[in-house]
Order: sequence, then C-alpha cells, then structure tokens
Amino acid sequence: MSTETIITNPKVIVKDLNFHYGNYRALKDINLNIAEKMVTAFIGPSGCGKSTLLRTFNRMYELYPKQKATGEIILDGANVLDAKQDLNMLRAKIGMVFQKPTPFPMSIYDNIAFGVKLYENLSKHDMEARVEWALRKAALWTEVKDKLKQSGTGLSGGQQQRLCIARAIAVKPQVLLLDEPTSALDPISTAHIEKLIDELKEDFTIVIVTHNMQQAARVSDYTAYMYLGDLIEFGETSTVFTNPKRKETEDYITGRFG
Amino acid sequence: MSMFSLEAKLKRQALLDLAFRSLTRVSAFGVLVLLAAIIASLVIGSMPAIHAFGFGFLTSPEWDPVNDKFGALIPIVGTLITSGIALLIAIPVSFGIAIFLTELSPRILRRPLGIAIELLAGIPSIIYGMWGLFVFAPLFADHVEPWLNNHIGPLPFIGEFFMGAPMGIGILTASIILSIMVIPFITSVMRDVFDVVPTLLKESAYGLGATTWEVMWKVVLPYTKVGVAGGIMLGLGRALGETMAVTFVIGNAHELGKSLLNPGNSISSALANEFTEAIGELYTSSLIELGLILFFITFVVLALARYMLYKLGKREGQAA
Repeated sequence: MSTETIITNPKVIVKDLNFHYGNYRALKDINLNIAEKMVTAFIGPSGCGKSTLLRTFNRMYELYPKQKATGEIILDGANVLDAKQDLNMLRAKIGMVFQKPTPFPMSIYDNIAFGVKLYENLSKHDMEARVEWALRKAALWTEVKDKLKQSGTGLSGGQQQRLCIARAIAVKPQVLLLDEPTSALDPISTAHIEKLIDELKEDFTIVIVTHNMQQAARVSDYTAYMYLGDLIEFGETSTVFTNPKRKETEDYITGRFG
Repeated sequence: MSMFSLEAKLKRQALLDLAFRSLTRVSAFGVLVLLAAIIASLVIGSMPAIHAFGFGFLTSPEWDPVNDKFGALIPIVGTLITSGIALLIAIPVSFGIAIFLTELSPRILRRPLGIAIELLAGIPSIIYGMWGLFVFAPLFADHVEPWLNNHIGPLPFIGEFFMGAPMGIGILTASIILSIMVIPFITSVMRDVFDVVPTLLKESAYGLGATTWEVMWKVVLPYTKVGVAGGIMLGLGRALGETMAVTFVIGNAHELGKSLLNPGNSISSALANEFTEAIGELYTSSLIELGLILFFITFVVLALARYMLYKLGKREGQAA
C-alpha cells in the first residue's frame, strides 16, 4: 500500500516492517513515517497489530522468545532493529507508558529518579530540579510536591499514570510511546491525560495506541488504521476521520464493525 | 411407612453429621493440646536445670558432665553461627537461581530445573550428612582449607576466623552443608514471589533502559521483599533445627574457638549425641532445656516467616 501522506519531518521511518510471533505473521510490510513533535495514533480492532507495532519501536518484544521483527525502523539515521543497536540505550531514547499505571514500589521522587540514575550522574540539586521538571511537565507537581517521599503506589489511578508519564519523560526521550494509556482510567483522569498529551508534543514525538476512536480524533495529528496486521490507511487525522480513502477505514470509524 | 423411614434416615444423618463434626473438632484441638503438652513437658523437664543455673545457663560456656556444670552458650552460638553463615551463602545463590528461573532461562528448561531444585529439598538430611562426611569434608580438608589458611589466614581481622587445622569437619563445613540444604527452600519461595510480579511493572523498568540486573534488584526485589524475607525465614527455620547432617560434620566438640575451621557444636547435634549417655537428673534436664531453647528460637523464626508471608498475601489481595 502507499503512504500518500507526505511527512516532511519524519522522526521515525518504518520500512517494510514484518513481525512474527512464532509462525504467525502479525505485521505485514508496514511502511509509515512518524512526524517529529506530532502525535501519531494507531487505531484498529483488537488483534490488528497496533500494540505489536508500537512494541517494535523499543524492541520490547525481545523480552520474550519466538518474537521476531524484520525490516527497518530508522530513528536518527540508525536502524533500531539492527542487532548492534544497544538495547538499553535505545530504550532510554524511547520512553513508554503502558495500559495500566505501573508505579515502582518506591517513593514518588525515586520513581522519577530511577530512570535518570541509570544513565546520568546528576548532583542532588540537579536531580531535584529534574524531578520537579518532569512532574511539572506531567501536570502532577502541584498535587505531589508535598509528598515526594511517599510511596508512588498510594496515588490515585490517574495520578499514578501521570507519574508514569513523568517517569518516562524524566530521561528526556526523543519519542514517547503510549500503549492505551487511558484504558484503565476514569473519564476525568482520561481528559487530564489527553490534555497532557497535547502539551507534551511541544517537546516529544508521541505515538499512541488507542481503542478509543474519539480519543485518536481528539489527540492525534496523524492516524494509522490497521487491520489484521496490515496498515490500511495512514494520513492526517482530520482526513482519515472525515474523508477516509478506503472503504474499510470508513466502516471502522463509522462503527459498522470493530 | 415411607414417611417413617425418611424420618429415621434424616435423624440418622443428623447424628452422623454431628459425630463427624465432633471428630474433626477433636482432631483439630488435639493437635493444639499435643503442642501444649510438648511445651509443658519441655518446661517441666528443664525445671531442675533452670533452678540450678538460672539465666546463667544461657551465657555460660561450661559443659562439664563430670562436675554437673552446664551452660548452653556454645551450642546456642554454634546453632546461630552455622545457620547465619548458611544463609549468607544460600541467599545470594538462591536469588541467582530464582532470577535465572523467572527471567533468563529458556522456557523448556524452566520446569525441569524448577522440579530438580524442589527435589533437592526432599533428600533426607542423613544423606546430606553422609555425603558431607565422606565426600565433601575430605575434599574440603585437602583443597579448600589449606588455601583458606594460606590466603585468608594472614589477612587482618577476618584472618583468624580461617586459621586452623584442616580437618574437614567443623563449623564452616556444617554451614556449607546447611546452605546446600536450605537453598531449595529459599529458591522456591523466591521464584514463586518473583512470578507474581506484574509483567507490565517489569516492562516499565526495561522500557526505561534498565538491565535485567537493575530490574531485578531495584524493582522486582523491592516489590517482593516481604515474600523474599518470608522465604529466608523458612530457610532459617530449617537450618536452625537441622540435626543429622550437622551432627555428621560439625565435629561435636564443646569448644568456642574463633576459627570457623574448628569443630564446634549446635543445639540439635548436642541433643542427638548426648541423650543416650546422659546420666543424672541435671545432665538430662540441661539437655531438655537446650531443646526448649531451640524450640523457642525456631518457633519465633517460623512465626515471623508466617507473618511476613501473610502480609504479602494481604497486599496481593488488595492489588487484585
């Protein structure tokens, strides 16, 4: 299929990407570009491969046996899938937030400092500044500034998810992967996170996987519709939702199936 | 007629039910009564020694059957030191095995390895003792102890713990055999609690660029610390009470030397060795008091272990 949408400032270029779970081919010749400092949404019914595609960007799949990606994912001129690419450095460059909040069993402060400490040797003062910066960026600072020493697991679900976003951006990644970040949250917390995504794209290139089409329409600049491992349509969100080129896309977004 | 037989049947059932309930209740309370009876007989049996030596029994190193002077310090210290060293060895090894089994091992190896390690826990302790005495101790005396004497011995502070005749049997040998015996216990608890760590939590840490070691040490271990501590306590409980294997290799000498290569004694091995030759009320009574002390120590350790595992279970329940 062709990606007619021309993205002039791609941060990530996906070329002929295939993915296999054992013998099952979960992604089929995916080609698309992720625009820098924009939000790109992957939508599609369950099992379409949207999460799989997201997890190839930081090679999270390599934690598990029998999962294999072939093709190219170019970030900053280097192929992410190259075996020589250092996995830990790659993951420090590409942050990820998951379906459920996953605060580490430690204080709020340490949750944020955890990733930073892995790669940077900051003084206490600089670290404090970094933690505050990340928490402010994640719109959590005013709520937690008086209880940084308390456990991160004691926060509400929405606060925990913003803590996870703060933790991910504290290492100053270039790309932020959000894997259904609001699927475990109530509507108010969801609205918080969506507003946050809008602010974060000033600094980060964001890729979000979502079940929720309205969410994709609200937060993203580009949308990719996937079905059974194929990229069916990719383009500007406004076009995909108002004037889809493909019948399958139209059927999905108008709720005729999925 | 049929009404009558139904009534009789119901009545009979109610009676049987009552009898069954009473039986289970008696069994359940019977165990508690037995436990109380054991404690009571230990206390009564140790009364003569308690009267004769008082608290001095705990602090006196003297063990002189000829003059009827008894003190429990040497076996108590022997028990605590052998168990302590056993844990020092067993905890890191078990942690390593548990990491391998939960994170690194290829899937096909996981089950066989896990089962093999659990089988180690089922080997009768006398086998460990025999192996320790006939195989391990001579090898240890020939190859390891001379090396310890020559290389660790000259070091300041810790050196004197490793100086001594290379006899093969002694405190250190007993500790090593004990560590091998408790590794399966600690490993299987660690593996079980590591397995309940949510995948997403680990992926979050990996996603920040953490290595396997950083994920295990900084995220998985803090998340499971209560369960891990419980597993260690279970291992400690086993090490404290272990009798046969220790008796074979500890040397059974009432001595309190600084060197770990020297023979020593533990509470359980003292009991196993000396009951048959104990003559006189005070000697027997002192041995019974030793038993009471061991009972108390292991009871406290196991109660702590239960409590920690209980707390972990409660936390999991909340999370679910």
